[in-house]
Amino acid sequence: MTKLLTAHFDEPKLHELETYRRLGGYEGLKKALAMGREALMAEMGKSNLRGLGGAGFGAAMKWSTVPPESKNPGPRYVVANCDESEPGCFKDRVLVTRNPHQLIEGLLIAAFAIDAYRAFIFIRGEYEVQYKILEKALDEARAAGLIGACSIDLMRGAGAYISGLDTALLETMEGKKAWPRQPPPFPTAAGLMGRPTVVNNVETLCMAPHIVLHGGDWFVKLGTPKSGGTVLFSVSGHVADPGVYEFPMGTPLKDILTAAGGVRGGKKLKAVIPGGVSTPVMTSDELDTPMDFEGPRAKGTFLGAGGVIVLDETVDMVMVAHNIERFLSHESCGQCTPCRQGSFWHERILERALSGGGTAEDLVALERAGENITGQVICALGDTVGVVTRALMKKFPEDFKSRFPERRG
Amino acid sequence: MAKTIKFSLDGRHLSALEGETVLEAAERSGVRIPHYCWHKALGNPGNCRMCVVEVEGTTKLQVSCRLLAREGLVIRSVTSAARRAQASALELHLLDHPLDCPVCDQSGECGLQDYYMDIGRYPSAMREDKAHAGKSIPLGPHIMLDQERCIMCTRCTRFTSQVSKSHELGIFGRGHSQVVDVVPGRTLDNPYSGNLADVCPVGALTDRDFRFQVRVWYLDETESVCPGCSRGCAIFAHTSTRRPWHNKGRRLARLKPRYDSDVNGHWMCDAGRYGFADFDSDRLGKVMRLKPAAAELSWEAAQREVAAALRRKSAEGLAVVASGALSNEDWKAFKSLFVDTLKASRFLFSPEPDQVGVEDELLRRREKVPNLEGGKTLGFGTQIQSMSWDGLAKDIGAGKVWGLYVVDRDPVKVWGEKGRKLLERLDLLVYQGPCKGLSGDLAHYRLPAAAWLEEEGHFINFQGHVQGYRQALKPLGAAKPDWEIFAGMEKDARV
Repeated sequence: MTKLLTAHFDEPKLHELETYRRLGGYEGLKKALAMGREALMAEMGKSNLRGLGGAGFGAAMKWSTVPPESKNPGPRYVVANCDESEPGCFKDRVLVTRNPHQLIEGLLIAAFAIDAYRAFIFIRGEYEVQYKILEKALDEARAAGLIGACSIDLMRGAGAYISGLDTALLETMEGKKAWPRQPPPFPTAAGLMGRPTVVNNVETLCMAPHIVLHGGDWFVKLGTPKSGGTVLFSVSGHVADPGVYEFPMGTPLKDILTAAGGVRGGKKLKAVIPGGVSTPVMTSDELDTPMDFEGPRAKGTFLGAGGVIVLDETVDMVMVAHNIERFLSHESCGQCTPCRQGSFWHERILERALSGGGTAEDLVALERAGENITGQVICALGDTVGVVTRALMKKFPEDFKSRFPERRG
Repeated sequence: MAKTIKFSLDGRHLSALEGETVLEAAERSGVRIPHYCWHKALGNPGNCRMCVVEVEGTTKLQVSCRLLAREGLVIRSVTSAARRAQASALELHLLDHPLDCPVCDQSGECGLQDYYMDIGRYPSAMREDKAHAGKSIPLGPHIMLDQERCIMCTRCTRFTSQVSKSHELGIFGRGHSQVVDVVPGRTLDNPYSGNLADVCPVGALTDRDFRFQVRVWYLDETESVCPGCSRGCAIFAHTSTRRPWHNKGRRLARLKPRYDSDVNGHWMCDAGRYGFADFDSDRLGKVMRLKPAAAELSWEAAQREVAAALRRKSAEGLAVVASGALSNEDWKAFKSLFVDTLKASRFLFSPEPDQVGVEDELLRRREKVPNLEGGKTLGFGTQIQSMSWDGLAKDIGAGKVWGLYVVDRDPVKVWGEKGRKLLERLDLLVYQGPCKGLSGDLAHYRLPAAAWLEEEGHFINFQGHVQGYRQALKPLGAAKPDWEIFAGMEKDARV
């Protein structure tokens, strides 16, 4: 099975420039610079590389919407989004820890593609070790003259989940409160400091050198027609071997679980959250789902950022809902009312139910509130407040019925 | 001329200007769509989610404050889906709201109350304890904050960052525990802070001056013009006369800005808003002769006596002090009496130094009187020049001036204690005004004039806009508008 990003993960000193170059590192950048901007964009276009931070927006499409220098003169920026905060996702952490130069190379290719001379890596504050690794790798790359005329700055987040959303991340970088902007304009038209900015997930950028080296046609064939290449899954929860696994796009969910050693302790599988806590849950009957951007969508959920959380038969889904809603309520940026108030309301109702005070009427309130929040918020993260609990209620009604019994008088 | 765009809203055909949003166009046409965060002068962050509408051809509801009007757009704001979304947004706004309407000053003009009656009326499904936050926090001299009532629309923080540019307010914390508050180490005391009570759509920011004074439904509203400076902001005067025991017995409860795109936009300054709090104090209500034999007079008698006194000596030695506080009507009668009939030659109406103050780029003007321009149209400041206070003092001291007629200005305040001695040297001092001031007791005749809220009239502001103001209150006692006093006197002076 072809692995791209994790191919050399068994090399002990992969994070050092010397090892990385020995294994063909920075050849993609060299080739990209040699082939020129147009040819590079053509290869990227053919690759069908999708944004792997969760949105799945075509990477080449995003790059190509940056207006050319002639139409919008002045600086433009590339930002690597390494504010990985979604519970269940830890692939970016692994990518940066093990192979920081892969990210730097990808970032430089993206910068070249949109004619940017300033690039940033925005890394969440809690990733302190990764920050140091990146700092060192950047020093190495600079000393080796690889970064060239471009400059790459590292910025650290202050610990807000919402900063992982592109527009909130840009606000944070500008020193403001991490409140998402409401497009239009999209960041590629007016992003950081009002200038055209491409914000890409770490994993997305890491793919770029491989596409350049092997060609877009080769890349797209690795995956499914609409989602090219491979994708990383952060598998956690009740599995024997949790960790990061790289698979071609479209691999069935059950293969991913098998690779992670299956449900641990001989227990039965109850549910899988496919892409991090903000994606709706899947049942054990849905394991045939091909994991690309289209497969989970047909089941009413999302590939997200590939944070596969495995839950065995011992799990109470009301507790899951409470856990997630408490997280969302704690991390809601508070800008728009439905998310700010709705998540807190969800949390309080579920908390009361867990301490034995739930009634069937609460389910009606949850259902109605959830329905009204979804689609009525500024950013995608706000939508999840209403979606997640409703999916759990729909797919595991028995768990909810026992916590929210009919009461009389 | 900007292109106009035609679209339909709830079956009505509306037109929008290019670049205008559906909500803006609707508001301009007088069609109401519920909203909190959008404010014409403060932008459209789209955080309150109240203005959701259905757009034909799309499945997802959209916020009309961020929806650009396009040709042929068919929009519905009152369908069950749109109404349900609006009501749901309202329900979430009210989820942790304390519902302390009985003790809230906003009650009666509150966005939460209004929309609950319009589109809410749902039974509450909220069974949890409400979240609590800070109450009655004085942010500065004029504004009181109640964090529990806040709906996080961010109008106030946008006001302090975009309009007053003083940046005192911020949003602290995150999610449901975040609050609006003043930046540590600062107080909210910019010259426009009172507007925050107006921009807040709920009772989170209220006016300390107005706090607990009178319920808004007992107020009467009158269109007026602020006389505080030569800007002449369009305002509403809110008066309390139906419950005289409210508002500590004061008749004027508060002043509010009235939107005028050419003059003041949505705002007014604190000096104008709070400068008239003591509207009813130190007021004159009786027509008096104080010297030589003190007596209360009828208007007829007073006008006759004063007119005769003004003609007793040469017009050369008669000086008249007035100001840009006079309305156009006053100026006309003033000119007719003193220039045309009495042929007085010494006039003082320049605002220096007692009627000038701070100026800024937003609204405040240096001249703290509303109608110098009105006088100018009649020649005061062009053909007729104003003398200075120093010049007047010199002339009185040198015996060149025997008679002085003062209209609503205070020589003692300008000259200090030596001014009393100067005024006592005069053969005749007539004082006319709504308030006694420091000079009122020194006059031979003291005539009570109506204050600006007690009469109708017109001011011309520094830009040349003629603005009318209406009568909000009855004059106190025997007080009459200035022009009526001048006109009454002129009959007797003409002989």
